[in-house]
Amino acid sequence: MTMNREGRPTTPDEVGSTAPDTFTGNRALRIEEPVIFDVGTAEATGVDLPEPDGAVKSRLGGLERSEPLDLPGLAEPEAMRHYVRLSQKNYAIDMGLYPLGSCTMKHNPRLNEKMARLPGFADVHPLQPVSTVPGALELIAECARWLCVSTGMEAVAMSPKAGAHGELCGMMAIKAAHAAHGENRSIVLVPESAHGTNPATAALLGYKVVAIPAREDGTVDPAAVIERLSDDVAGIMLTNPNTCGLFERDIVEIAKAVHEAGAYFYCDGANLNAILGKARPGDLGVDCMHINLHKTFSTPHGGGGPGAGPVVLSERLKAFAPLPYVKMTAAGPELIETPADAEADGTKPFGRMTAFHGQMGMFVRAMTYMLSHGADGLRQASEDAVLNANYVRAGLQDVMSLPFGERPYMHEVLFDDSFLDDTGVSTLDFAKAMIDEGFHPMTMYFPLVVHGAMLIEPTESESKASLDLFVATLRDLVMRAKRGEVDRFKGAPWYAPRRRLDETAAARHPVLKWTPPEPQTADAAE
Amino acid sequence: MRYLPLTDTDRADMLQRIGVAAIDDLFVDIPKDVRLKDLVDLPKAAGEMSVERQMSRMAAKNVSAGSVPFFVGAGAYRHHVPATVDHLIQRSEFLTAYTPYQPEISQGTLQTLFEFQTQVAGLTGMDVANASMYDGSTATAEAVLMAHRLTRRKKAVLSGGLHPQYRAVVKNLSDMAGDELVCLAPDPAGTEALLEEIDDDTSCVVVQTPSFYGQLTDLTAIAEKAHEKKALLIAVVTEVVSLGALQPPGAMGADIVVAEGQSIGNSLNFGGPYVGLFATRQKYVRQMPGRLAGLTTDAEGRRGYVLTLSTREQHIRREKATSNICTNSGLCALAFTIHMTLLGAAGLKRLATLNHQSAVQLADALSAVPGVEVLNESFFNEFTIRTPKPAAKVIEALAAKDILGGVPVSRLEPGNADLADLIVVAATEINSDEDRAAYADALKEVLA
Repeated sequence: MTMNREGRPTTPDEVGSTAPDTFTGNRALRIEEPVIFDVGTAEATGVDLPEPDGAVKSRLGGLERSEPLDLPGLAEPEAMRHYVRLSQKNYAIDMGLYPLGSCTMKHNPRLNEKMARLPGFADVHPLQPVSTVPGALELIAECARWLCVSTGMEAVAMSPKAGAHGELCGMMAIKAAHAAHGENRSIVLVPESAHGTNPATAALLGYKVVAIPAREDGTVDPAAVIERLSDDVAGIMLTNPNTCGLFERDIVEIAKAVHEAGAYFYCDGANLNAILGKARPGDLGVDCMHINLHKTFSTPHGGGGPGAGPVVLSERLKAFAPLPYVKMTAAGPELIETPADAEADGTKPFGRMTAFHGQMGMFVRAMTYMLSHGADGLRQASEDAVLNANYVRAGLQDVMSLPFGERPYMHEVLFDDSFLDDTGVSTLDFAKAMIDEGFHPMTMYFPLVVHGAMLIEPTESESKASLDLFVATLRDLVMRAKRGEVDRFKGAPWYAPRRRLDETAAARHPVLKWTPPEPQTADAAE
Repeated sequence: MRYLPLTDTDRADMLQRIGVAAIDDLFVDIPKDVRLKDLVDLPKAAGEMSVERQMSRMAAKNVSAGSVPFFVGAGAYRHHVPATVDHLIQRSEFLTAYTPYQPEISQGTLQTLFEFQTQVAGLTGMDVANASMYDGSTATAEAVLMAHRLTRRKKAVLSGGLHPQYRAVVKNLSDMAGDELVCLAPDPAGTEALLEEIDDDTSCVVVQTPSFYGQLTDLTAIAEKAHEKKALLIAVVTEVVSLGALQPPGAMGADIVVAEGQSIGNSLNFGGPYVGLFATRQKYVRQMPGRLAGLTTDAEGRRGYVLTLSTREQHIRREKATSNICTNSGLCALAFTIHMTLLGAAGLKRLATLNHQSAVQLADALSAVPGVEVLNESFFNEFTIRTPKPAAKVIEALAAKDILGGVPVSRLEPGNADLADLIVVAATEINSDEDRAAYADALKEVLA
């Protein structure tokens, strides 16, 4: 979410370092680590497997691999060091504040990890007999129940694998519902501030995307929606709270207008963590909403996944939920897996999103999180997330610039780059300077509705002391930018494992895998 | 609440600093009549002990694969994963990092993705691989969409050896997008006439090898016919360990290879999270979905990695993106890479051999059971048997004897009488001689 479309410098400046060189290139605890292809060998291995039985006759039908396997191996101690050293080149929530707006980098409780590794959850196969997995089905049903109750929705499609996959699922349910009514609508409305996944999802299903401009205050104007509604509009994809950190205050009116036009209301639930326990999407007129379990419910982001994107559905859409789903009956949980099962259950699933039953490992973690918090803790977490964001706003609003003014925000606060006017420092430079101070930068250049956006989401996991240091640091950086210390920013980061990386060169001549230095292959020469 | 650091004193101080009287003054944009006054109707917060008890109670109701002789495959496989893998992926720096948008402080994730991409390309015999997809089934659907973009055609042909749930995932997306699809009938014997279905409108032909039924296919002729018609061959691999023993699809002419990578580094997890592998030819890289890590240099000229070619992606291209994918399976990909590094070429080759031998021994043992027929001439670690009784009943009866004996085809292909007596059976390195003997003995009793 932190890439921009324009104006982003991606070629590093020529700035030298004054520190002395070392023989190894290492810098104390920061150890340079080659790729495994530079150090591993084809015969080394870190796994002891039994000797194959020479007497067993092969039945591979003449399709034995003839090409050598070009996979280097490492003995266990070497592998351990390799990956530990690499890990030390990452920033992580467990190291400090990670204020990526819209990404919700909250604490990942380790109890969740422990529960996900119980053999009864981790070591069960999706296709072993249903009679041998009643507890797994119960877990899915219970997780679904908590999600429905806390969002005020009727049903939930559990199988989508991540947020964008959930969006796809929700929009498919909408498409299926229109089809069931004999309609084939072609337009989906998407506000300009939406995540890129929204228009990409709509386009994947063949919809024409019509953008809704944001009004002055950063929210969607119901008049702008009504103006674009017609009997060819299938639905609207609205993020609430939106990506400017603002609750769409006219949402009920928008939902009503959308429904009157015979369309459906898809809510992007990426920011559900701001309102859980404070308001229920079901009461706002939402027809379907994906929930990022890796945001609101603390399942780890893992350097880019896995996520999970269950989709809660309204009464109007619930019959179309994809296969499979788990139904609670008096006799216990029942897995509805095939079209025939569904017909017997009286539903009309639109199809299947994925093989098997979805991200079970993530359901277990989310369930553990929900049980730990309870209804009271979930509400408190939302309140603390909003309190923390507003505390950061209050601490910075006199020195940074708020495009939508000094007003309450939800769980994240959006600044633009006008406070950097005439300093020669860009949003990117400012973000890179935060790295030197030991903070992960905020989301930058997103949303696209303001110039040089900086979107800060501290989450409820931060203490007051942590926020105080963060605010003080940013205030200091602002003062330095205004004092003309441009080099500090242009050269940043100075102290990270790498100085600024050349993204332009990487894209111009993509090298996407390791190739042996000699002889040169076509890839490397390109 | 143990996860919330703010104290009531903090909260009061902070509200004062913000300049509001109460927390609800920060929620004023939510219309009053839809603001919740009370807690939702769910239990209150619970401590670790209580939560652990509740979760363990549910977990204990399941029969875990490690507790019985276990022969279930059909797209997910139980292998031994070295302890090192789980230790490393639980390191805070990997577990609790986001997608590596700030490359200077994400070199750990980026370099492992670069290693992952190189390993996947090598395994599949392709030029380039991406940084992972959700799983094998969604990767297959994305591969079909990519083929449509590249060929500007809209008709995919799916082999009857494709996993039925993969077929359903492709069909769903295809139907929704209004594309054409030809699905060949289920093909347990591996005798379908696939070549005849490839014509001038075909965008791609999708073939799984080893097939859902365990059949091995030489893809060369299919690739030739596809290329003659300017269509693409998409090879699907659901058991990635097989690539340690079998000719990789890239060497047989595949244009896109997608695979389920769960077998390496990842647990069964009742179906997810898994990790989709996606590899293709260099010339198609700009139509690939998903993230890519690429090599570059930093301002001091040192080697480093960044996410690259992002102009294909949704956060830049929005409705013109190659896919809507954002989050992938980063941590599962890391587990894959670590396990693969521990194995190395020598280890993977031996692992593949052990799997094959385990399956050969099991096939011999089961075909000795009166009435049981093994359908496959050749296979890797999975094959199909025909039983004289309905397969679903046989599997239930085996489960009652604490043997998880495979997947009845009727579970995934219901209502097809020709398939009602077939069981897909997998054997891996985890199965012992005793496991295999116990299965054969139990099957004999069940069929008696």
